[in-house]
Amino acid sequence: MDPTKLWTFVIVGITFAMYIWIAVVTRARTTGGFYVAGHNVPAIFNGMATGADWMSAASFISMAGLISFMGYDGCVYLMGWTGGYVLLALLLAPYLRKFGKFTVPDFVGDRYYSNTARLVAVFCAIFVSFTYVAGQMRGVGVVFSRFLGVGVDYGVVIGTVIVFFYATLGGMKGITWTQVSQYVVLIFAFLIPAFAISHQLTGNPIPQIGFGSTLVEGPHAGETLLRALDQINTDLGLPEYTAAFVKGKKSMIDVFAIAFALMVGTAGLPHVIIRFYTVPTVRAARWSAFWALLFIGALYTTAPAVGAFARVNLIQTLHGQPYETRPEWVKKWEDTGLIVYKDTNGNGLIDGVVRSTETDPAKEMKVDVDIMVLANPEIAKLPPWVVALVAAGGLAAALSTAAGLLLVISSAISHDLMKRVVKPDMTDVEELFFARVAAGLAVIAAGLLGIFPPGFVGQVVAFAFGLAASSFFPVIVLGIFSKRTTKEGAIAGMLSGIGFTTAYIVYFKFIVDQQYNNADHWLLGISPEGIGTVGMLVNFAVTLGVTAFTPPPPQDVQETVEMIRYPREEQHPEKAAGI
Amino acid sequence: MAGPENTEQSAIREEHRRYWRTNLRILAVLLTIWFAVSCGLGIFFVESLNTIHFMGFPLGFWFAQQGAIYVFIVLILIYALLMDREDRQFHVEEGAQADDVEKDA
Repeated sequence: MDPTKLWTFVIVGITFAMYIWIAVVTRARTTGGFYVAGHNVPAIFNGMATGADWMSAASFISMAGLISFMGYDGCVYLMGWTGGYVLLALLLAPYLRKFGKFTVPDFVGDRYYSNTARLVAVFCAIFVSFTYVAGQMRGVGVVFSRFLGVGVDYGVVIGTVIVFFYATLGGMKGITWTQVSQYVVLIFAFLIPAFAISHQLTGNPIPQIGFGSTLVEGPHAGETLLRALDQINTDLGLPEYTAAFVKGKKSMIDVFAIAFALMVGTAGLPHVIIRFYTVPTVRAARWSAFWALLFIGALYTTAPAVGAFARVNLIQTLHGQPYETRPEWVKKWEDTGLIVYKDTNGNGLIDGVVRSTETDPAKEMKVDVDIMVLANPEIAKLPPWVVALVAAGGLAAALSTAAGLLLVISSAISHDLMKRVVKPDMTDVEELFFARVAAGLAVIAAGLLGIFPPGFVGQVVAFAFGLAASSFFPVIVLGIFSKRTTKEGAIAGMLSGIGFTTAYIVYFKFIVDQQYNNADHWLLGISPEGIGTVGMLVNFAVTLGVTAFTPPPPQDVQETVEMIRYPREEQHPEKAAGI
Repeated sequence: MAGPENTEQSAIREEHRRYWRTNLRILAVLLTIWFAVSCGLGIFFVESLNTIHFMGFPLGFWFAQQGAIYVFIVLILIYALLMDREDRQFHVEEGAQADDVEKDA
């Protein structure tokens, strides 16, 4: 067996054993433990767990590669997937923590004194989470197939079994502490190769500084990295890497709409919100939002540098070079189908290296964005244990996010649907049993989605954020900051927000001919990825409009809203007792 | 609302009102900075900022891919620190009942 594969078995084996051991030690015995880890997680650890929960296979594996092909436009992901934490910290987390309870539909249902509102919230939570989880299980399969030589489907099965074990046994408590360890694994796995490559290319080991430094070798030695990238793109007939809004890039309004939809969507994603229910106090909720973004920022400020380094490396190593003498790692990735080469002009050279989504036959090598991070250590000729660590990091990122999502799905079913609507006289023991069954079924469903991925998974990720932005965010914010907002307003707002966003995305992604899916036909030039911003405004407008014509909420609801605005518990002892 | 409340309750209510107004002011300032840096410097004014160079980066590009994230982190830090102070100043902080009893006695 080659040393890389051996190292990968060892490191992945050790990390998996650690996750299972943590799950056994921290298993939950009550519904409080299962849903919110007993409100008992210290702020800094919740910050780490939130980091792992949030950074998915997409953040770890795909994002840097995407940015390397997008240049400036990559900022929509960088700002979109971090800026939401400011909204979360300032507008949602402290108040939802004070409200207590277990889930997002709990808040929507109680604040809007309506089981209809609760059910709309349950539907959104499940839909958003399933959309998201399918991609995670697929990511697990891809890592397994490339690094351990097992089929993608077996990889998905192994991942499913591991998650099944610790999610059904440990619930939120087990998930939290495995996520803490997964954060540590994934951040080292991301940063170590980044430091090494930054040092190789620029002589400065800090990627955030190397990003702006001068290249020390190759045809562009002596130029700054970004100027070299601008030049490389110009030579290839592409818009400059750092240029914004030029031909071939997104328009200003679209960049704004996408970034904003991702920010608001991040703040409205239930699996992120519920992490803030797990801390002991309101104060801890604020601080853990800070820790979370600090830990997330460590990866998110490194990723654009990694993308830029990878692009320079990729083009310099491959573009215009003879295909016969291509490096070993290219052959390995060709085996997985993630790199495809077709010598269309028959000169034996690699002419043009582009993203696999491009169709121009004159660009001879098509590269899947996912390999930019996974192949990075090999491109930079780092030792085998680093390659193995990256594989373990990709798995940690995918598994931790999958577990958080599965918990949302299971609690939406066992708590919001069964306990709060169908069978309110359930005992805690019964509910815990239902929670485990629901988590188990959700894991299996997610595994099946990973093995038989519906062709549209990539298409619907925009959906998850668009829906979270246009459903949860407005009604939760209004529920906290306006006592007057009524159930009629909230239900109408959520339905019209989701309805508008869904209709727009489905129309452009699935109904019209894809040649019309472009800025000339979009509303105000906003792509389906960014339409959640408009959906959010629709939700706000409808909620406020309908609220103005409906009777104000009952007194006790208004008192609850008053109560959640102040951190101290004992001001309303009769309310606190109920929580 | 202005029924026959005793003075202690109305004092608490007044303190709560002031706490909430202060909180809203803090939010307004921090969210304005949040929007101005991310959407303003990173998107709306990126082209003109890109003519300025900063540590090897066109400045607008740097804000869009690096600076905005640093600012987000600092904003949440400032928020957490300010709210810790406001909580104490308006006596709504958690887990401090014992201190209060001593002070009142």
